Amino acid sequence: MKKSIERIKQMVVKEFIQIFRDKRMKAIVFFIPVMQTLVFGYAVTTDVNNVPTAVYDLDRSSESRELIRRFSASGYFDVAFSADSPSRLQDALDRGAILLAVQINRGFSADLKKHQPTSIQVLVDGTDSNTAMVAVDYVNRIVQKYGRELSGANVPQRLDVRSRAWYNPELKSKNYNVPGVIAMVIMLTSLLLTSMAIVREREIGTMEQLMVTPLRPAELILGKTIPFALIAIFDVVLVTVIASLTFHIPIRGSLLLLLLCTVIYLLSVLGIGLFISTIAKTLQQAMMATFLFYMPAVLLSGFMFPIENMPPVFQYVTYVNPLRYFLVIIRGIFLKGNGILLLWPQMAGLLALGIAMITVSSLRFRKRLG
Amino acid sequence: MKFLRIKAIAKKEMLQIRRDPLSLAMAFLMPALLLIIFGYAITLDVNNLTTIVYDRDRSSMSRELLAELTASQYFTIVRHAETPHEIDSYLDKGKARVALSIPADFSRDLRAGRAAQLQIIVDGSDSNTATIALGYLTALTERYSLQLNGGRAAPAIDPRVRVWYNPELKSRNFIIPGLIAVIMVVIAALLTSLTVAREWERGTMEQLIATPVKPPELVLGKLIPYFLIGYLDMAITVVMAVFLFEVPLRGNVALLAVISAVFLFGGLSLGILISIVTKNQLVASQISMVATFLPAFLLSGFMYAISNMPPVLQAVTRIVPARYFVAVLKGIFLKGSPLRLLVWNALFLVIFGLLTFVAANRKFKKKIE
Repeated sequence: MKKSIERIKQMVVKEFIQIFRDKRMKAIVFFIPVMQTLVFGYAVTTDVNNVPTAVYDLDRSSESRELIRRFSASGYFDVAFSADSPSRLQDALDRGAILLAVQINRGFSADLKKHQPTSIQVLVDGTDSNTAMVAVDYVNRIVQKYGRELSGANVPQRLDVRSRAWYNPELKSKNYNVPGVIAMVIMLTSLLLTSMAIVREREIGTMEQLMVTPLRPAELILGKTIPFALIAIFDVVLVTVIASLTFHIPIRGSLLLLLLCTVIYLLSVLGIGLFISTIAKTLQQAMMATFLFYMPAVLLSGFMFPIENMPPVFQYVTYVNPLRYFLVIIRGIFLKGNGILLLWPQMAGLLALGIAMITVSSLRFRKRLG
Repeated sequence: MKFLRIKAIAKKEMLQIRRDPLSLAMAFLMPALLLIIFGYAITLDVNNLTTIVYDRDRSSMSRELLAELTASQYFTIVRHAETPHEIDSYLDKGKARVALSIPADFSRDLRAGRAAQLQIIVDGSDSNTATIALGYLTALTERYSLQLNGGRAAPAIDPRVRVWYNPELKSRNFIIPGLIAVIMVVIAALLTSLTVAREWERGTMEQLIATPVKPPELVLGKLIPYFLIGYLDMAITVVMAVFLFEVPLRGNVALLAVISAVFLFGGLSLGILISIVTKNQLVASQISMVATFLPAFLLSGFMYAISNMPPVLQAVTRIVPARYFVAVLKGIFLKGSPLRLLVWNALFLVIFGLLTFVAANRKFKKKIE
């Protein structure tokens, strides 16, 4: 046992020397996850603000100007220009210069003054269905509010709706997405590094040298995995600290629990990386297999697409996806302050997945070495 | 530059690809898998939101409101709560995303002509779903309110909204054209970023250096087989998008074919450039992932609107080639845009292709250090 630990230690030392012999690897391992989290934390936003908008005001009255002012004052719309013909609106939409066009016809203010129902024309670029849907909702709210104010109090408001959003009262998408980005970035880096590490020994031909040493297969696997686990844990801490400082993401739950869950998460991610390395013969195959697993894993994790909207078959598939469990955990700890009582099913799922993957790949690995 | 030598390198590369059928299979499996996931599994459309209802009124009026809620398809009532604590527990556990609480005097207030209260709580952690859910609920309660008024009070201003290019606001139509760009970027990076580094690591580069082949011949020869694979991938994707997923293809197919070829050329050249510069497969795989896949996925406007990003990042997206290709694809597919409207995007892609190809040639040194 003592000898075994000593051998694993030697192997870990060798791995660290090998990883960092190429100076660029230091930058890759520490700088890239941080940079990605920062860039993608800012990029991944589903908030709809500053929708580029054009107006075509044929009425040119104080009422129409007030309506346009409300559009720009809302912050949701950025009234980029006033068109002087309908064809310019169409052209701007075609070119993608604007996403929304508002046309106010002649007679708008006259109708309003006579207390007659009136209308405005709104054109939306539906290419981005999500932005379009949210933008149309904002248009309705602004226009209806203005309409109600103009028609005075003679329309009784029958329902007094009080809505609140819990956990993220300002509905900021970065609070939801940044924890997800952390999980996603860590997964890619650690998957790619582990899956390629063993294959590389085989491809360069140093695997034979390892096999003539007294290292046992299990020791070899542990020695290969521990360095990446340590690097990944360090990365998680680094990225979490930088992300929460930069994006002011609230951390409502226990950091210790987060660390514990991260370790379990990495266990399953590294297990999958090891499994890939038992299938792949070349680095090319390892890289492609990693992506073949990673892309569906991101898409079927609930990172951007809610799992409950998926057809049942795909919902079952998500149970073998470590990212699925970890997203619930990391978002729960960050935003909801969830404790172990609520998160234990996710932790159990990750643990089971991790143990299964590591067992299967150890068995496969032993067979290939033998 | 001799055609014969290019052909020889291309042939060697093709033999090498044939010897690795697993990689080749994965190169074709990847786009099909992604399309199936995007086409069948995931959607940004919000419906069947899990809802918990706490109805303290239990009157015909409150039931009527709830019937409207379920009839809309957007909400699925998962539980009628008995106590207010259940709302907390359902939202905390994520079993419900929306909670609707109807106070005990709801129908009494309404009958008396007073404004009745209604409390809505949404799980804001997924802000996008929450925003859309709130929009639905606002529209629903306003309609209910109008009905109660006997429909007398028509809204003073009626915004007549028309949606162009994607009238049903299907997220599939929005995502699949952009997905083609992402698939091509990934394939290009995966296929080529290791191809030169591998020769260095395995020691076969010395043999290549010993031959009379010149750098441009080597780069072109390596490019051609992967270009064919990538182009076939792209054709499969387009055919599946149009015929299986019924994404409208309104523009010119020939234009699509030409611009895609230009983009693929640039993407493959970039992969080769990374491979030449790094000379190390581990480093190359990481760099190509950072330089190609993630920007194409997140900074191209494929899913996340560029106009929503902070200005600095918007400036960064200008050097992401996938951004221009995504704009071209969405334009040709959904808007039926002619070349006139896409000329700047196309021009950028041409420049990108030329720059990376020239850089790859200049960086490749036939020297052993």
